[in-house]
Amino acid sequence: MKIVVCVKQVPDTAEVRINPETNTLIRDGVESIINPYDMHAIEAGLQIREKTAGKVTVLTMGPPQAENALREAISMGVDDAVLLTDRSFAGSDTWATAYALSKAIEHLGADVILCGKQAIDGDTAQVGPEIAEFLDIPHIAYVRKIDDVKEDSIVVQRLMDEGYDLMESSLPVLLTVVRELNVPRMPSLKGKMAAKKAGIKKLTAADIGAEESKLGLKGSPTQVRNIFAPEAKRDRKMINGTNEEIIDALVKELTGLKCL
Amino acid sequence: MDYLLTEEQIMIRDLARQIAEEKIVPVRAELDETGTFPHDIMKTLAQSDLFGLFIPEEYGGLGKGCLELAIAVEELSRACLGVSTTYAANALGTYPLLLFGSDEQKKRYLPDIAAGKKLVAFGLTEANAGSDAGGIQTTARLEGNEYVINGTKQWITNGGEAEVYTIIGITDRSKGPRGASAFVVEKGTPGFSFGKKENKMGIRASATTELIFDNCRVPKENIIGKEGMGFVVAMKTLDNSRTGVGSQGVGVAQGAFDEAVKFARQRVQFGHPVITFQAVQHMLADMGTSIEAARALVYAVSRFIDAGAKDVSKESAMAKVFATDVAMKVTTDAVQVMGGSGYMKEYPVEKMMRDAKILQIYEGTNQIQRNVIGQALIKEAAKANK
Repeated sequence: MKIVVCVKQVPDTAEVRINPETNTLIRDGVESIINPYDMHAIEAGLQIREKTAGKVTVLTMGPPQAENALREAISMGVDDAVLLTDRSFAGSDTWATAYALSKAIEHLGADVILCGKQAIDGDTAQVGPEIAEFLDIPHIAYVRKIDDVKEDSIVVQRLMDEGYDLMESSLPVLLTVVRELNVPRMPSLKGKMAAKKAGIKKLTAADIGAEESKLGLKGSPTQVRNIFAPEAKRDRKMINGTNEEIIDALVKELTGLKCL
Repeated sequence: MDYLLTEEQIMIRDLARQIAEEKIVPVRAELDETGTFPHDIMKTLAQSDLFGLFIPEEYGGLGKGCLELAIAVEELSRACLGVSTTYAANALGTYPLLLFGSDEQKKRYLPDIAAGKKLVAFGLTEANAGSDAGGIQTTARLEGNEYVINGTKQWITNGGEAEVYTIIGITDRSKGPRGASAFVVEKGTPGFSFGKKENKMGIRASATTELIFDNCRVPKENIIGKEGMGFVVAMKTLDNSRTGVGSQGVGVAQGAFDEAVKFARQRVQFGHPVITFQAVQHMLADMGTSIEAARALVYAVSRFIDAGAKDVSKESAMAKVFATDVAMKVTTDAVQVMGGSGYMKEYPVEKMMRDAKILQIYEGTNQIQRNVIGQALIKEAAKANK
């Protein structure tokens, strides 16, 4: 069983500041950590390995200093770490990032791909599912429990607003995971010592055979104009009367709004 | 202050600190209130390899020394002395095997101890043998290929929770101090049971029970070292472990000090944070200074032991007595700096103050430590005047 866990190095703060001129994240002076949701993905990978035997590879795309995130993953016990790094990746949006990661995963080979449900800096929750689309494989988002892993299929629970969906998928599959899935383990001393010495495999755009035009800023359809929290504004109207009157009024109202 | 720790020592400190902050701090008040043994935390410590710190690599450990153990114990103690007592008592119980165990015994026990699969306890104290270890009444009588152990050990840390017990019993009373021997006894051995769990003032997360031996038979091979070496085993074990108690003192003092400083910056009286008042500043200055002095002594003695020093009784007693007296003073003063808030259970310092008291009592009271230091001084002076 080949397991690839995609992780992202993010600033260690819940309150990410935005540069108002460039509309990009201000990372200077903020300590970096592995995206907390990705920690659950790493733990899930290690638990699958413990059950099925196999290999867990942790993959990240980022600048050279993202190596620290990979070393932290090694200290938790993953077998291999791959850093996808190339100047041509600079400025990638989720689409271009997912494209590059999917090419790297094609290069590495994987039966199960694990991602956190979203990163705490960008909060898009797009990269995981997009990777699956590029790879043309099934994905299940918001996995809260992995019930069974077989040689060619997997059974998981997908967290829903009320309850959960029990789902089975063929392999290879991509899962994005939520906090409820597990408690990430602490690093071990032996792991930390191994992490210090471990060689980090580096892949460039050329290594993974990525098309230049689909990478970085050029390959990113997203144009950030402004980043803000949407204002919660709702019109409310109370309808009173008998049930029949209420239903008539409601149908009229919705028709007027072109909802019906 | 920078103690010029190696990269690995810093790694150990950071990992122990991370576990303390993420896994111990959130539950310490509840463990204290309910007197619950910290099984989950022990599991985390095991997974993190911290149980293997001081065990040689050939037995699955990391082969580190007293200083590394002191660093880990200090960080755990900063969060909860009940948890760190459980962890440190495991080391205490392991030292007899480490220092005097046969190859066979080491192979049998150390790998599981290093992996945290088996917890260890050390059984020396009895109802009539505390400071006066010569008062031991537990006997071990050789019958054929077995020793038959009878007697009751009292106030044994990790009692009931540990799988492996290293205990001291009398094999030949006529020989006085040379008539004691050390044994390893496994939980589940017929005739070996546990008394009630003690209800303590502090370190309430740790388990303390009696060990009851009623015609408990163990194979002859379970003797540690040779017959008659029991006191040597016990004394050398304590020489090694005292710096660990010292580091517990440094840790709990640091934990209380940090809380006091934080509080004093926030608490406003007469229109100013209380930390701006000289009366408070001077208390904090003395607390900070004494913690640094205690840490420097504990680290220095630990390094002395790790360098292979032969006789460390005096130095390790000094580290224990100084650092634990500092712990009692600093935790008490932390409560004082925080005033009414410090006395309330909403803040952790009242627990730290209750916990700290045991450090002046267990593993040789601080009065006994001073006896040890005093006797060493007499010996040194006599030697110099020869």
